Amino acid sequence: MALLEVDDLSVTFARRGQRTVRAVDGVSFSVDAGEVVGLVGESGCGKSVTSMAIMGLLPRHPGTRIGGKAAFDGTDLLGLDDRARRDIRGRDVAMIFQDPLSSLNPVIPIGLQVTEVLARHRGMKGDAARKEAAGLLDRVGIPDPTRRLKEYPHQLSGGMRQRALIAMAVACRPRLLIADEPTTALDVTIQAQILELLKELVHDSGTALVMITHDLGVVAGMCDSINVLYAGRVVETARRRPLFREPRHPYTSGLLGSVPRLDSGRGEPLNPIPGSVRDVLSWSEGCAFAPRCSRRVDACLDETPPVVRTHDGRSYRCVDPVPLPGAVPAQAGPADQPEASSPEPNEEKTRD
Amino acid sequence: MFRFIVRRLLQLIPTLFGLSLLLFIWVRRLPGGPEDAILGERATPEMRAAIRRSMGLDEPILVQYGRFVQRLLRLDLGTSSSTKRPVVEEFLERFPGTVELTITALVIAIGVGIPLGYLAARRRGQLLDHLSVGGSLVGICVPIFFLAYVLKAIFSENLGWFPSSGRQDPTIEATRITNFFVLDGLMTREWDAAMDALWHLVLPGLALASIPLAIIVRITRASVLEVLNEDFVRTAEAKGLTERTVRGRHVLRNSLLPVVTSIGLLTGGLLSGAVLTETVFAFTGIGAFIYEAIGQRDYPVLLGFIMIISVVYVLVNLLVDLSYSLIDPRVRVR
Repeated sequence: MALLEVDDLSVTFARRGQRTVRAVDGVSFSVDAGEVVGLVGESGCGKSVTSMAIMGLLPRHPGTRIGGKAAFDGTDLLGLDDRARRDIRGRDVAMIFQDPLSSLNPVIPIGLQVTEVLARHRGMKGDAARKEAAGLLDRVGIPDPTRRLKEYPHQLSGGMRQRALIAMAVACRPRLLIADEPTTALDVTIQAQILELLKELVHDSGTALVMITHDLGVVAGMCDSINVLYAGRVVETARRRPLFREPRHPYTSGLLGSVPRLDSGRGEPLNPIPGSVRDVLSWSEGCAFAPRCSRRVDACLDETPPVVRTHDGRSYRCVDPVPLPGAVPAQAGPADQPEASSPEPNEEKTRD
Repeated sequence: MFRFIVRRLLQLIPTLFGLSLLLFIWVRRLPGGPEDAILGERATPEMRAAIRRSMGLDEPILVQYGRFVQRLLRLDLGTSSSTKRPVVEEFLERFPGTVELTITALVIAIGVGIPLGYLAARRRGQLLDHLSVGGSLVGICVPIFFLAYVLKAIFSENLGWFPSSGRQDPTIEATRITNFFVLDGLMTREWDAAMDALWHLVLPGLALASIPLAIIVRITRASVLEVLNEDFVRTAEAKGLTERTVRGRHVLRNSLLPVVTSIGLLTGGLLSGAVLTETVFAFTGIGAFIYEAIGQRDYPVLLGFIMIISVVYVLVNLLVDLSYSLIDPRVRVR
């Protein structure tokens, strides 16, 4: 059994006087122990909302509905009461956020922000907790940790702040770490250091990592398997190599094509995906990516494209996928078995 | 820290100097003068001139100002033109009452305002929120003198819980040391005198507290709502901290910053603005005295009062800045 099994997760936001927004629309993916899984997509594709829903951090609002399941080690995180959820958060499942400055409390020293996790989940207090905290800062590569414990977030550099946040997240040796764009707010050189640190930490401790990013470079360097999200749904899932070598979904292919490459010719133009993420259809009207898709056919608008699972463990949601290199499109057909067993869930399950 | 305090106190000197010069000239520009108040309408020009000469008002204004500053350096504020008593003496007698009243009002406003604003934010959109937001609107709108009479009618005349006027029951033979009646009672161990003085403070304190209370409720509420949406609160939640720790350690402290600033600004207004409350409750503070002094063109009293208020204002805001630096390390003073 996978460590985290997200099944048909959906999140809708209803606000009075506004159109109901379906931010996450039947997302399923799984994370094995010790595995690094990427959730990739443009802004607004639902990747952050997915992670917040798993953590139970979405703002409590009567208009917010969460459906589906997120089973962590067999326990459905979405069904837990507040208390049980707080027990798991920070201890078994921890999270790192995008902007390290605003994610740290400005008026509390770094030390207390680390020791409060130790006190909450590991019952550590006083000197023992301070010592452990210094050890954690040291482990995430913060020099002179004993002094840093007494400092405040504004006295640290951006990279140091993110390291401190990481120290807080790994303080209780969680089994699952969710990193929501952990390098977006940092300089490029610092980005590489932070990614290296995360890689090291998960490798040493066997922690599974969910890496949420819009940056394919991050994914290429870190993830074992990747889920590409578009408009609140997973459109393609694959191991890293096959995904980069032979993207099947036109959106994945478009994402890869729009990344500048050093080995492309000077005059060669980039190939951005036309339109923006706002030009979406609702998935119930067909493929949400169809308005921007270069491979659009009539069948795209018939119904929600079913998930196609191939024999090598890949899956994609497209009626006319990008052909494998060297294969004529027709030959790719027989190998790909459209999933017959599970009919497309057109109704989202919602719980109040 | 020490250097910061010293520097701020030194800044007081040019502030007072500039302020006094400005006011000195401005007050003299007001139509009429103390001679009108003393002599009435039917005085002859000769009589007026004689009075003005006797008060030194016929000399050039800068000479007058020079004399004023000279006296000020010896902490002498001159003699009141209406009561003929030294201004300092008058103030020492009356100012403590106003200070006591202001402190009472602040304690009520802060003690009720911060918790109420916090709870309103936590229960946003619920009954308590609507009640406190609506109530604070009423608190700001209702004139103090009206509220004061209502409080007096209900709690003093009908229920008889609190005394309706004065600072202390005149039948109590209390020893006076500082003229802070509550403090005097505590210092001399005359407990009943202290209690009685405290009791006399409740109703005027409530009346005076209404506006600052309303302001503090609103500022606290808005500030808490803002902080609840901050990223670091989400981080605290993600750590699995108990709700109590998240609220107490992460939300409340960050929400207090704007509240503390507003308290500093409110204090000055309370000290100088307690006139109506003092009048309704026949409370011998400085308010009524200043009101009289304006009518009498009592220049020494007015100037002295403004000097004292500005010193207090600067001191209160120094305190605010110091507490600010205690709450927020980013504004640590140097």
